[in-house]
Formats: sequence, structure tokens, C-alpha cells
Amino acid sequence: MSGGPGIAEFGHFALILAFCVALAQGLVPLVGAARGHVPSIRLADNAAVLQFLLVAAAFAALVHAYVTSDFSVLNVFENSHSRKPMLYKVTGVWGNHEGSLLLWALMLTMFGAMVAVFGRNLPETFRARVLSVQGLIGVGFIAFMLFTSNPFARIDPAPLEGNGLNPILQDPGLAFHPPFLYAGYVGISIAFSFAVAALIEGRVPPSWARWVRPWTLAAWAMLTIGITGGSYWAYYELGWGGFWFWDPVENASLMPWLAATALLHSAIVVEKRDTLKSWTILLAIIAFSLSLLGTFLVRSGVLTSVHAFASDPTRGFFILVFLLAVTGGALTLYAIRAPGLKAGGMFQTVSREGALVLNNLLLATATATVLLGTLYPLILDAVGGAKVSVGPPYFNSTFMPLMVPLMVAVAIGPLLPWKRGDLMGVLGRLKFIALASAVAGLLVLWLTSDAPLLPVLGFIVAFFLAGGVVVEVLERTQFRKLGALGALRRLFALPRGAIGMSLAHMGLAVSIFGVAAATGFAEEHLGIMKQGDTVEIAGWRLTFDGVEDVPGPNYTATRGRFAVAGLGPMYPETRRFESPPMETTEAAIHPTVLGDLYVVVGEKTGPGHAVRIYWKPFVVWIWLGGLMMAAGGFFSLSDRRLRVGAPVRRAAPQPQAAE
Amino acid sequence: MRNYRFLIAALPLAIMIGLAGMFYGRLGKDPAELPSALIGKPVPEFELPGLDDGKGLAAADLRDGPVTVVNVFASWCAPCRIEHPLLTALTKVPGIRIVGIAYKDEPAATRGFLDQLGNPYARIGVDQAGRVAIDWGVYGVPETYLVSKDGQIMWKHVGPLTEDVIRHEMLPLADRLLK
Repeated sequence: MSGGPGIAEFGHFALILAFCVALAQGLVPLVGAARGHVPSIRLADNAAVLQFLLVAAAFAALVHAYVTSDFSVLNVFENSHSRKPMLYKVTGVWGNHEGSLLLWALMLTMFGAMVAVFGRNLPETFRARVLSVQGLIGVGFIAFMLFTSNPFARIDPAPLEGNGLNPILQDPGLAFHPPFLYAGYVGISIAFSFAVAALIEGRVPPSWARWVRPWTLAAWAMLTIGITGGSYWAYYELGWGGFWFWDPVENASLMPWLAATALLHSAIVVEKRDTLKSWTILLAIIAFSLSLLGTFLVRSGVLTSVHAFASDPTRGFFILVFLLAVTGGALTLYAIRAPGLKAGGMFQTVSREGALVLNNLLLATATATVLLGTLYPLILDAVGGAKVSVGPPYFNSTFMPLMVPLMVAVAIGPLLPWKRGDLMGVLGRLKFIALASAVAGLLVLWLTSDAPLLPVLGFIVAFFLAGGVVVEVLERTQFRKLGALGALRRLFALPRGAIGMSLAHMGLAVSIFGVAAATGFAEEHLGIMKQGDTVEIAGWRLTFDGVEDVPGPNYTATRGRFAVAGLGPMYPETRRFESPPMETTEAAIHPTVLGDLYVVVGEKTGPGHAVRIYWKPFVVWIWLGGLMMAAGGFFSLSDRRLRVGAPVRRAAPQPQAAE
Repeated sequence: MRNYRFLIAALPLAIMIGLAGMFYGRLGKDPAELPSALIGKPVPEFELPGLDDGKGLAAADLRDGPVTVVNVFASWCAPCRIEHPLLTALTKVPGIRIVGIAYKDEPAATRGFLDQLGNPYARIGVDQAGRVAIDWGVYGVPETYLVSKDGQIMWKHVGPLTEDVIRHEMLPLADRLLK
């Protein structure tokens, strides 16, 4: 299959060229912008597009090597197998360290090219600076690949068969959520580049926020889909019915999401009220730094995690230097420039701005909490303390309580006017909702005698938030004045940004409701079942009909058969793979709107089989809410006002109303 | 006033440099490799109840018997699931006994874990409070010790076992201990 310079070498060469282009893109426009040299400034756009095309060519070359099972390429040999289904041959491209970096670089350059193509209405010098910073990030990433993790390295002689792919990765869920996560992580790099460019120029006009928001929104929505998908994957694949494990890698995706959520909201304040600038810039830097930190933690072997692909100190060192350069450089610039940023309009504590500031404080604290929990074992070790591992109990008792006031703020915030609000008035408008959610919470507490407190609290805030969103939409559409038909007409005339916000906030309420229900009110049956045994759980009657061995394409499955009254049979499986030897559970899940019936069959134990049956009430709502949030993000993105940074540049900052 | 603002603006940088320094210190060190004061020492005195068959685990069990692999695990620990097939494979190695300490885990959950994945342990001690684990110097689960026939802790591995670790560290040492 190999012999002579082939497509892999072409890919490698394209990557080297992309590196050179990135270097030029990173330096020339930056210097040009400082000196006012127009041709250098104009270089940025073409370089960004060219860099994208080159990385895309390299990526295509790697995909080709996987599709044709070219085992003379080390990466393909290690991670693929000729008998693997075609879908997983393709997705296997990013199921490993080198390939996932290449995908990362592809997304990075794609976003850069999009700024070059769609950002025509950005001031030329500013766009050149943004693209320069983007180019410098590209330099770091491509250098990382070329020097420590070349995806195109060959082996000679070429083996006849590949090592196969980790069976746990042969799953549609795991195949598709990483690209979304990467798009999210990398999309935040645009906000970062905008922030650095603004710091270089030393000013943050309100239009800056309008340019940044669509990019942040797109990245945030992708990240939301990625996290939702990852959580769903963990739910059905790991076989324990859990949806979030507070694993370092999960935290690595949650932290940038929290920071991006904060950024999304504080950018609104910058745009509408020309204040909170320095904080927003800092958030943009932090959000991207957290994305990089996640990569560092996962790839360097500093923390152990199930998801770790490669722990290699050289790679770790490289990423650390890169992290230091990117974050350190940006924060140094911030330290120099931020004190000079003029603070803008004043506002009272009780106002839309005030609520957004509260939202930011809570989100920042939540981010810090997760960061602390993730790094605590390291910190303690560094100061010579004992080694510990921080688990779910820490996060449940620190992170979750922060979410309660946050939900309340999310419900109240959109009802407050800018500048100066009337909290009592808003609470008055929400009093029925507040009462109803409190009653609903008490009802739950009363119906389930031993309900744990936090989930009940979760219900209350979820109801309150959902009610708040409904009140907000009704008021915005003037339901009272216009009646149902008129309100509906107004609803369609609302700016899409407003509908997107309501949708996302409603999604949050739906998710919180799902989390509270599934964690607080799950039922489970763990035990050994013999053929013919019957179990009753949450109103379902399951009869175990025994197991049979079923051969799969590259595994053997022990398939259990459960007859469920009023539903039919369910078939959970345990799959044993040969190369590499590994077992995976395929839970049989019957998802309904009211909850999931979740059945896992294990090994033969004595006279029967180990069986786990769960009833997870409303668990689907968790991911449904996640998708609603993402949909809200995309819907807002389609708002005319936001469409890819299309503002008319304001001539001068608006005079501030004295408060 | 300006100086004060500058200090605040420089704070993120300072925190970041501190973190970077810490990361640098950790680089190249295998997080799974930890110093243990107990290597070469006899196993600490302990006695743990069993899971349901009543057969628990005590220091006396380790002082005379075959070479023993002591595996500290928990049902809530994801890496424990990863290393589980390797432990099952280890049961086939002649001359070695595998025992488990169920660390900070509900017995029902432990049972579910073993029911699902299989039970490689000859005996299991239930350490629900985690007290015994402190005496053993357990940093986190999973953790695996190799104990000689006369009850000396000879080797320790933090984090999930890998084929590499078993083949190149654990089994050669166990071979020497068996002689």
C-alpha cells in the first residue's frame, strides 16, 4: 500500500506549509497594523484562508489514510483495523491524540478563515490584529503537532493489520461529540483573539462586544451540544445510569462552558451599557485559557483520567510553554492595558446590569469551584500535603448550592429594566410563580417522605425559572393587552435574540428539573436474577427470560432478554471484544418523557445473572434542556442584528446618561 | 488609585504564573508514582468485616499465605472498572492471591459492582469508613499493593493497573517473592 512519497507525505507537507503561513499570519499583520503598512495588514485575510485550506488538506490526507487502512502510517496502525466499520474508520481519525489535535487545528483555522471571509465590516486594522493573534495560536498548535505528535509518521515495514480501536470508542455517541466540543473550545479562541486585539488597541468600544458576541454564542452553543452529547454517551455506555461523573476531562469541558456563559452575558452589558469592559476582556482570556488548560491536563498526564489519551512529559512541557505564552502574554497585556480602560455607564445594583453582574459573579465562582476541585490534588501535592482525589461529594456540596441563587437570578434578571430596576415590582410580578413553585416543592417533599433536600430545592428553582421565563415572554408579547392571538402575532415579530434567550433559559430550567428528578428520585434494583424471576420497579414489571450468546462483528455479546409488561422485550448486552480484550455494557434503555427504564445484565453469578435495573425519572429532560439551550444559542445567532458581526461602527461612544 | 488598579489587573497574571509553576513541578512525574513510607515494612494491623459471606480481611491473613495482591477499589471509581479485567486475568497466575479492600463504598454498591464485572478477589475487606486505608497510606482508588508471604509490603501502584505495569513491575517482583 505504501512506497514512495504518498498521500501521508502530502498531508505532512501541507501541515508544514500551514505552519509557515501561520507564522506569517501571526507576525506580518501585527507589525503592519502597528506601523500602518496597508499591504501587510491586508495579508491577514488571505493568510487565514490559505492556512485553513492547507490544514484541511492535511486532515483530508489523514482521513484518506484511515479510510484506505494504510497501516504504514503509525497513527492508523495504532488506532484502526481493516475490519472496522467504515463509520468508525472515519471517526477514528479524531479518536486519538494526534488526530484530535489535527481536528482541533482544522477548527481553529476554519474559525480564522470565517473571520477573514465574514468579518468584512470589522475595521481592517482590527481584523488584521485579530487574525494575527489567531495565527499565533495556530503556530503553537501546528508546531505542537509537527514536533511532538506527528499524525503522519510512517512505520517500515508496514504491518498487515492495525491494532484496532478501543471498543469503548466504537460508538456513535463518542464518535460525534468530540468535534462539537472542539468546535466550542476553539471557537472561544476567537473571543480571545478579539480581546487581545482590543487590548493592543487599548480601547473597547461597545461595538467590540457586538462583534464578539456572535462568535462566542456560536462557540458556546457548540460546546453545549458537545457537553450534552458527552453526558448522554456516559449515561448509556458506562452502564451505571449516571450522567455526570466530575471526571477531570468532564470538568475540562465544563469550565470553559461556564466562563463562556459568563462572557456571553457580560458582553451584553458592554454592548448595551458600555461598561464592565475590563471584566469582559478578562473573561474572554480566561475562557480560552481554560480550554487550553483542559487540553494540558488531559494530554500531559498531570492528572489521571479515564479519558487520557497520552501521557507524555515532552508533550506536557510543550503545552505548558504554549499555555504560558498564550495566557501569560494575554494577561501581561491585560495588566498593562486594563487599568487604562475607561469605566462606562453607571447603574444601580437592582437593574438588568446588576442581575448580569450577579450572574457573572456566580458563574465565575462556580468556574473557580470546579477549577479548585480539579486542581486541588495537584495543589495539595505541590505544597507537600497528602495526595487526595476529589470526588462528586465535593462538587455536590459546593457547585450545586451555587446554582440555586443563579437560577433565581436568571429568572429575575430578564424582567428588570436597564440602569435602574424595581426589585419589589418584579417580585410582585413573580409572586404567583414563586408561590406555585414553593407549593410544588412542598408537595414533592410531602409525597416522597424521605426526599433529599437538594433535589427538592432543584425542583423549586426549576419551576421558578420556568415560570419566570413564561412571565417574561407573556409580558414581552403584551399578552394581557392583546390577548392570545395578538400576543402570538407579537411573538413572531420579536427579535430572534429575545426568543433565543427565553428558549435557552427554559432549557436550563428543563435541565435542572431533569437533574433534580434523576438524582433525587431514581429507583434501582441491584441483584441476581434467575430465569423466570420477576422484578417490579416504579410500576414496571420485568421478567427475566435468560441470556443467550450472540456474535457481533468484532465481539461476542451476552444478551439478556427481559419481558416488560405492557412494553415487550428489552435486550441489554455485555460485549466482550478480543483485540484489545475489553468488556462494554450496552444498557437496554426504554426512554419516555416521564423517565427511563434502564436495564443492564452482567456476568453469570451462581444460579443467575447479575442484573441492574434503574428507573430514572425525567432523565431525558437533562439532555433535552441542553439541546434547548444550544437551539436558543443558534436561534439568537440567526438574529439580523447579530448576524456575523454586522454592526455599523459607532462614530463615538454615546454620551452617558448621568445616574 | 492607579497603582491599586494596576495591582488588581496584574492579579490574574500572578495567579496564572503560580499555577504554571506548580504544573511545571508536576511534569514528568508520573501521577501514579508516589513515595510510600510503607514499602519494606510489615502490613499495618487491621481487621475488616467481609462483604456478605462473613470472610473479611485482616493483617493476620496476609502474614502467612501466598504472595498477595491487595487491591483497594470502590464501585464509584471509574478507573477501577478499567483495571478490572486485568485483575480478573491475574487470578489465573499461579501462586498469587488477590484480595480487595472496598474503600468508602456502600456494601450494596460493591456487590453490584462485583455482580456486574465478576469477583476476582479471594477475600474482601469492607472499609466503609476509610480508616484502614489511611493506615495503608491509600491516596486514592484504585491502588494496588504486593505483599510478600510473611506480610511485608513490597510494592505499590497508585491508579489503574496497566498491562505494562503488571508485566514489567508486578509479575517479575512476584516471581522473586515466590522463590
